[in-house]
Amino acid sequence: MTKSELILRLAELNPHLYQRDVERIVTTIFEEVVEALARGDRVELRGFGAFSVKERDPRVGRNPRTGEAVKVERKRTPFFKTGKQLRERLNAAES
Amino acid sequence: MAGRTITRAHLSEAVYQEVGLSRNESAALVERVLEEVVGALERGEMVKISSFGSFSVRQKGQRVGRNPKTGDEVPILPRRVLVFRASHVLKNRINGVEEAVDTNDEDC
Repeated sequence: MTKSELILRLAELNPHLYQRDVERIVTTIFEEVVEALARGDRVELRGFGAFSVKERDPRVGRNPRTGEAVKVERKRTPFFKTGKQLRERLNAAES
Repeated sequence: MAGRTITRAHLSEAVYQEVGLSRNESAALVERVLEEVVGALERGEMVKISSFGSFSVRQKGQRVGRNPKTGDEVPILPRRVLVFRASHVLKNRINGVEEAVDTNDEDC
């Protein structure tokens, strides 16, 4: 499922809304998560999961092609931990 | 860094502010969006949100684990796990990198 398919599906379920508004709703939700993470905040959605930012220390990496040593600066990486309920649902569906 | 925790309530508030539906309807729509994502993942579908990232389901085989406290061997049963891959747009925004152009971001 892509973002546009998600929008179509939501529009289908909410025929009273303009498609333009459905697009804004979906965009706003994900944009809020991005902005929170950019500020260094955590996003916790019970039953779904939690997004957070992890700091990676600077290190000396290597160019895999040339073998050359390159400095990798400190960087921040987004991290997602699956919520308990979602984990259970993924596995209940299978069995 | 890291201070606040953003929850569903913040997301519905943002939808309320942005779109001008009632607070109740905004909250229900946030819930619906999450539920649609979960539903697709349950069916084993990959979910790709451009400029954000992708969620995919991976099947893990059985392996032997160990209780770290007692050292006992315990089988870890086959299971499905969720993998999130952040898009470059998200990684850049988190690191304060400005996007030069709003390119088609296929790598979500």
